[in-house]
Amino acid sequence: MSGRDEILGRLRRSLKRGDGAAAAAVDERLQGRRRNLVPARAKQEPAALVDLFEEKVKAVQGTVRRISGLDGVPAAVADHLKAHNLPPKICIAPAPDLEGLAWSQAAPLLDVRAGAPAADDLVGVARAAAGVAETGTLMLLSGPTGPSTLNFLPDDHIVVLRAEEIVGAYEDGWDLLRQRYGVGEMPRTMNFVTGPSRTGDIEQTIINGAHGPRRLHVLLVDPAVSE
Amino acid sequence: MPPASGPRVGLFVTCLVDLFRPSVAFAAVKLLEEAGCAVEVPRAQTCCGQPAYNSGDRKDTRALALQTVRAFADFDYVVAPSGSCAAMIRDHYPALFADDPDARRAVEAVAGRTWELVSFLTDVLHVERVPGRFEGTVTYHDSCSGLRELGIKGQPRRLLHGVAGLRLREMQDSETCCGFGGTFCVKYPAISDKIVTAKADNIDATGADLMLAGDLGCLLNMAGKLKRRGSKVQARHVAEVLAGQLQEPAIGEPSSDR
Amino acid sequence: MQATSTAFKENAAGALVDAQLQKALTKMKAGFIDKRAKAAAELPEFEALRDQAKAIKDHTLEHLDLYLERWESKVTASGGRVHWCPTAEDARARVLEICRAAGARTVTKGKSMIGEEIAINDHLEANGIEPIETDLGEYIIQLRHEPPSHIIAPAVHLTKEQVAEDFRRAHTALPGDRQLEEPIQLVTEARAMLRERFLAADVGITGANFLVAETGSSVIVTNEGNGDMTQLLPRVHIVLASIEKVVPTLEDLATILRVLARSATGQEFSSYTTLSTGPRRPGDIDGPDEYHVIVLDNGRSAMLGSEFQEMLRCIRCGACMNHCPVYHAVGGHAYGWVYPGPMGSVLTPALIGIDKAAHLPNASTFCGRCEAVCPMRIPLPKMMRHWREKEFERHLSPPTVRVGLGFWSFFARRPWLYHRLTALQARVMGRLGRGRGGFSKLPLAGGWTEYREMPVPQGRTFQDLWAERRGERAQGARAQGARAQGARG
Repeated sequence: MSGRDEILGRLRRSLKRGDGAAAAAVDERLQGRRRNLVPARAKQEPAALVDLFEEKVKAVQGTVRRISGLDGVPAAVADHLKAHNLPPKICIAPAPDLEGLAWSQAAPLLDVRAGAPAADDLVGVARAAAGVAETGTLMLLSGPTGPSTLNFLPDDHIVVLRAEEIVGAYEDGWDLLRQRYGVGEMPRTMNFVTGPSRTGDIEQTIINGAHGPRRLHVLLVDPAVSE
Repeated sequence: MPPASGPRVGLFVTCLVDLFRPSVAFAAVKLLEEAGCAVEVPRAQTCCGQPAYNSGDRKDTRALALQTVRAFADFDYVVAPSGSCAAMIRDHYPALFADDPDARRAVEAVAGRTWELVSFLTDVLHVERVPGRFEGTVTYHDSCSGLRELGIKGQPRRLLHGVAGLRLREMQDSETCCGFGGTFCVKYPAISDKIVTAKADNIDATGADLMLAGDLGCLLNMAGKLKRRGSKVQARHVAEVLAGQLQEPAIGEPSSDR
Repeated sequence: MQATSTAFKENAAGALVDAQLQKALTKMKAGFIDKRAKAAAELPEFEALRDQAKAIKDHTLEHLDLYLERWESKVTASGGRVHWCPTAEDARARVLEICRAAGARTVTKGKSMIGEEIAINDHLEANGIEPIETDLGEYIIQLRHEPPSHIIAPAVHLTKEQVAEDFRRAHTALPGDRQLEEPIQLVTEARAMLRERFLAADVGITGANFLVAETGSSVIVTNEGNGDMTQLLPRVHIVLASIEKVVPTLEDLATILRVLARSATGQEFSSYTTLSTGPRRPGDIDGPDEYHVIVLDNGRSAMLGSEFQEMLRCIRCGACMNHCPVYHAVGGHAYGWVYPGPMGSVLTPALIGIDKAAHLPNASTFCGRCEAVCPMRIPLPKMMRHWREKEFERHLSPPTVRVGLGFWSFFARRPWLYHRLTALQARVMGRLGRGRGGFSKLPLAGGWTEYREMPVPQGRTFQDLWAERRGERAQGARAQGARAQGARG
């Protein structure tokens, strides 16, 4: 008897069930994909959700900078490097929104490489698929334009997100995934990122930058912003 | 005493009060009678069965439960000066008879009418004024069963605020267990001691004259610890202060005469 | 992992006098308790979400076989492999097989309680493969050759001085005069040491907080980022999961995630919550080539349909032990196995047998705070009591307890006899203690009087006094009646 048969057999005996109705209940739930209770804070007007998102990112020691357009990304990244005394070298996700930007104009000596980060890449610039306002959470997806290791290896995690990509609840994020990949389908890795890496393992003292990034910086593209 | 016009209350004495500190039960009777109740004390009661129940002896627990239910079958209310005993009867007795519908009916009838003393006074009789007077500071320990099984938190504090002269000072971690746990304190005495030491530290830190609680098991445990370490804080059951029945020495205090 | 739960009392005795442990435990208490309370207070829907989380798990458990099958088919469809392992031994063997097939020399590990349960590290080492714990707390205890003492904060029993000592001893290539007083220095050093290991590992093993049937995904909920590097960098990703980790849909996952971090650490959401589905896809830039899920039974299927079924709702948040006065007093190692605190007291006997863990469900005051904070509303005290019932039925309780209890029950069930004896006892003790407030020593009560005074009873029982008072009242009433009659006559 295979391990599979053994475990499933034991389960069916413990549950003392025949068949039929149970399978229908399971189908119903999996196909229905009904939302359970969604907190009120996730159900607000878009502008309020953008503000909530920013507030929540800051509450977990992330930083947020609003820029009026994608073309402002290179300058904003250069500012971040300067502010933290970082060398002019970044690894960016090979996303169309990022690769096509005028990097050399913003910082002429900036070394920009697209792809998976190398072991010595201190700064990674990623492109989020969505932001979840209820907890200031970024959704980042693996794929040809998304190296997941970029979210973990570099010290500084800079994430580009459009304001209109901010949704209220995690459930809205699931709907986005279903639109993109199909119902029941997923990319290999879906990262929900909320703030930088941290640990409390030593005497309950919270330290940022355990193994993952020490800093999370969100560049929020919001046309409503005047700079 | 004029005949009462109010409800007929059967007093569940509790085994600890009966043996160690009858003055608690007399205080309870006084509070209930002054609130208009006719109080009787069935003789055929001994123990709610918690020691057997928490030791895994369901058979003896059921026997004691049926005995208790029979003794208290005819009252409007059953009132106990103990959160853990009241919770035992109210919440745990019915579950013991899930497989016996006839017994369960009789048990549920009594369980549904069972109350802890202080919450009975506030939530059922809507008592607002109590006869007690006390010049001094008190602190209050929230016994676990009363707090978590019966939701007793605000009620004793409301009544204490009505006691003339009394000042209430909350201790740190009033909701943390005192380490009694019935047989726990004698099965794991060193661990129980660690827990009660932390509680005694918190009690002493309030600088109160008196510490109060609604369960005598907890009180014997905490008073025993306070006395062992020479603390100046005395301990009584909250009913004694509410009823103004302070003539007996506090728990663990020697009698002044002889 | 070998259980030492039968030595709970001895373990506890050592823990109570361990100054460094006690210092560390004081720090953990306030942190976890206050933070959880704050998080719960700041989400108005928190209580309703707990109810829904419970309902989701109850439904799933009632249909566990079917959800596992659905989940498996999605894993397979995404290119992953499921390994059904009835026992810990099966799981160890499978993991080793996969590692050998991958030619693994080093294996990085994210934190996994299942890994501890099956003792996978020892097995890999015995077979020439080096496992490297990457969660900071797990890394520290690996250096110390110790098991974890808490299910989410494995090194909570250590002070920073102890950690510094361990790092100096283990990281020999670093300058001996470096500063290691502050947590940030320790974290920075661990980060540097482990980074190389992450990059060189052949296989990465993680746990799984959840398995999602709808998509065939495994979920890890972490803060450090080590779990993610463990599963992304090596060629092979192995997930260690147990059968009850399944949830039906992504919506159900979201509900439970909303109560998990809040209950565990007081965070609204962990830094990294990651869903992994199969191996890398064509066109992916990074990710493992192979994805395996070990799904372990090890006694859980027997809990279904039993009075311990509700324990399978546990999502391993640790709230129960964070709020437990016994855990605060003795720490996690005293419990002697993988799972400490209240949840460990219910789960350990179920997995290794009550005869090997008899103390655990007894070492509780039933204060109920664990149940009050459990996000899944597991009635932990009730299930500990069920274990006590099983022990009683099987005569596993110590004979003194049984005899004492039998004695007590005999009298308690005969009120007339009981009242006579207690009246006598009250008088005797009252007389013995006359002039004193309490007994410092009392026969048969050594456990009590070793640490406390035993207050002297007031000298008469209430029943005795009440009967007297009733008699007086009756007399007084008769006298009143007689006077009234006389007045009329």
